[in-house]
Amino acid sequence: MRIILLDGKGREHELEAVEGWRVMEIIRDYGFPIVADCGGACACGTCQVEVDPAWAAKLHEPREDELDMLDQNYGGEWSRLSCQLIMTAELDGLRVRLSDIAIREAA
Amino acid sequence: MTQETISTDVVIIGAGPCGLFAVFELGLLDMKCHLIDILDKPGGQCAELYPEKPIYDIPALPVVSGQELTERLMEQAEPFGPQYHYNEMVEELEKLEDGRFRVKTDGGLVFEAKVIVIAAGGGSFQPKKPPIPGIEAYEGKSVFYSVKRMENFRNKKVLISGGGDSALDWTINLQPIAESMQLIHRRDGFRAAPDSVNKMHALVEEKKMQFHLGQIVELHGDNGQLTGVTAKGNDGNNYEIECDTLLPFFGLTMKLGPIANWGINLHENLIPVDTEKFQTSEPGIFAIGDINTYPGKLKLILSGFHEAALMSQAAVRHAYPDAKVTFQYTTSSTSLQKKLGVA
Ligand SMILES: Cc1cc2nc3c(=O)[nH]c(=O)nc-3n(C[C@H](O)[C@H](O)[C@H](O)COP(=O)(O)OP(=O)(O)OC[C@H]3O[C@@H](n4cnc5c(N)ncnc54)[C@H](O)[C@@H]3O)c2cc1C
Ligand code: FES
Repeated sequence: MRIILLDGKGREHELEAVEGWRVMEIIRDYGFPIVADCGGACACGTCQVEVDPAWAAKLHEPREDELDMLDQNYGGEWSRLSCQLIMTAELDGLRVRLSDIAIREAA
Repeated sequence: MTQETISTDVVIIGAGPCGLFAVFELGLLDMKCHLIDILDKPGGQCAELYPEKPIYDIPALPVVSGQELTERLMEQAEPFGPQYHYNEMVEELEKLEDGRFRVKTDGGLVFEAKVIVIAAGGGSFQPKKPPIPGIEAYEGKSVFYSVKRMENFRNKKVLISGGGDSALDWTINLQPIAESMQLIHRRDGFRAAPDSVNKMHALVEEKKMQFHLGQIVELHGDNGQLTGVTAKGNDGNNYEIECDTLLPFFGLTMKLGPIANWGINLHENLIPVDTEKFQTSEPGIFAIGDINTYPGKLKLILSGFHEAALMSQAAVRHAYPDAKVTFQYTTSSTSLQKKLGVA
């Protein structure tokens, strides 16, 4: 099972995913500089990704609190919070791009 | 306007859970506290980021919401008469010749205290800025992240961006005095009181304001004075909106803020402390909760509570070197129970 991640510079990375894990956790555990301040509690909006439109329909609809966080963080049409996306077999090959707000600047 | 200086034992910077519990621990040792927070309420992250979410790892409270935890901490601190100063950001912290400290806020409050406790968490809560290129040039002139005086918006062509309570409340409140009122939001759903949403829709019906779907992508104007914006609609097409004032309301985020200018050692935006006193590089200035760092630190409320207890022992010795501090239990000490108002 894998995720295709496009980083801030548009480079493509193939990540090994684990069923039942949040996409945010997989990105974070690979060591990408994802902000994800609240650790997946849907309370910060800084794990935002843009989902490849071809995959968008395969995802469950965002809940009200996810929509709220996307509102507060300038989400676009294909934006989702990666902490609210749980890996399942149907999502094998999911393509997402890290949004600017989710990239931790080097200190 | 000159303000009277407030003299006290302790100034606590930040009224999050750790700052609140410090009032209790310091109070047991007879130390009087003033708390300052830039938020308009106590509770820090618990109140601002997750008031309704359950917390499961507070000892003896199997489940408690962020809001309820805050209320209980306030109740526990109450016997010690803490003074709260909200909507104030601590800007300056300096040492006085007599060994005490002076604290100044952006609102002009001045404090002098024997001990400072920095319980600033992830930093001060500040408005999130939308990522629109060049927006800085307009900030404070025609782009504002909060409304301090409504009068400043009289006869303005106001555009408000956002979909939460602040966006809707200010849309409704400023509409009667503004020359024109427009609201832009990325979807036709709001996270706000249903009553406000209905009021806004009614104003649109009555043609007293306009509502746009989409997001601002570009600002137009000169020398910081806005003349309009380009917005991108959900159909992907751009359109223009005329306005001379923009109020973006995208919630709050935590920024370290002025702490970096206070002359204490920082490490990656955190304050290193020892684990006996939780003291910073400056004797008399302590740091507890999420803002501090030491080997093995866990950013948990539980850890902050422990830090508050040990810090208080050191703080009282710093403030009153001659005082005799004896270790007592709240269950059995009459003197502690008197302080708590239960004996
Ligand atoms: C979504 C989420 C879920 C969490 N769940 C848990 C959990 O289950 N269990 C747990 O133990 N922890 C949890 N935490 C972490 C916990 O909330 C923090 O550890 C805790 O809030 C830290 O408390 P604090 O008092 O140190 O700081 P904060 O709560 O961050 O409060 C600091 C306050 O200081 C103010 N401040 C800072 N600088 C200034 C200044 N210069 N002037 C004025 N005011 C200032 C800020 O505005 C803020 O209100 C969670 C956090 C989040 C975001
Ligand atoms: S990690 Fe905070 S919202 Fe996803």
